[in-house]
Amino acid sequence: MTLLTVVTALFGGMLIGLAAAILLFFNNRTAGISGIAAGLIKPWKQNSHWRLSFVIGLVISAPLWRLLIGNISIQINTPLIILAAAGLLVGYGTQLGGGCTSGHGICGNARLSPRSIAATLTFMTTAGITVYLVRHFV
Amino acid sequence: MNLNLSAFASGLTFGLGLIVSQMINPVKVLSFLDVTGNWDPSLALVMVGALLTLGLLQWLIKKSAKHKPSTNKTKPALSKKIDAKLITGATLFGIGWGLSGLCPGPALMGLTSGLSGSYVFVAAMFIGFLLFNLLHRKH
Repeated sequence: MTLLTVVTALFGGMLIGLAAAILLFFNNRTAGISGIAAGLIKPWKQNSHWRLSFVIGLVISAPLWRLLIGNISIQINTPLIILAAAGLLVGYGTQLGGGCTSGHGICGNARLSPRSIAATLTFMTTAGITVYLVRHFV
Repeated sequence: MNLNLSAFASGLTFGLGLIVSQMINPVKVLSFLDVTGNWDPSLALVMVGALLTLGLLQWLIKKSAKHKPSTNKTKPALSKKIDAKLITGATLFGIGWGLSGLCPGPALMGLTSGLSGSYVFVAAMFIGFLLFNLLHRKH
């Protein structure tokens, strides 16, 4: 951790908080990305256009950054088979638990929801344990 | 404001935040989760920055209240129960996050990076969404 990463982490976090506030203020919606993404494939959910608009904005931010500002460092060192298992766990787990790092970790915690605080403590802990086990025993 | 435009602006801002903070990089996320190793705590500050900003703006929105009271009644009351589903779901999500360093936002954004790992993860994530729909919803 350097002074630069402290500043970029804080500033990046502020942008995320601002993004969630925009969606809350104008759309009266929670910026939970797992819920928004999963909502895209639920045809019984009416009025899904805002979800698609959100996801397009999210995804387009990366090429826009590359075009206007520069390179983005994205390194994935995990084997594909593990990524497939991880994707399944993230997809199923976020639906069962009703949120992910954004929905529970940011939005829910910001309104001091007991469910979100419990969920955040849980997924932070299990993620930490998983990394520990993978790095020491695999 | 147009609901699609505001949702687009929110998504775009969210994405920029994930890029600036490097949350988009799975290797960086894993080094944050690696508490007992060469720990990089900077990502905790992402949450601090986000919570302080959202907390403040939320408070301002509430204070200036009375905006669009009609949109409120369509939303169901949020559950307050901490139950087995919540904890099991969060546990599974945490394991997946810890295995990959990817959570849904950065995973979706990774689709533009051309890395095969991103495609595999996102495809599996949507299969996970579908699996949940099949097992838990009756439609």
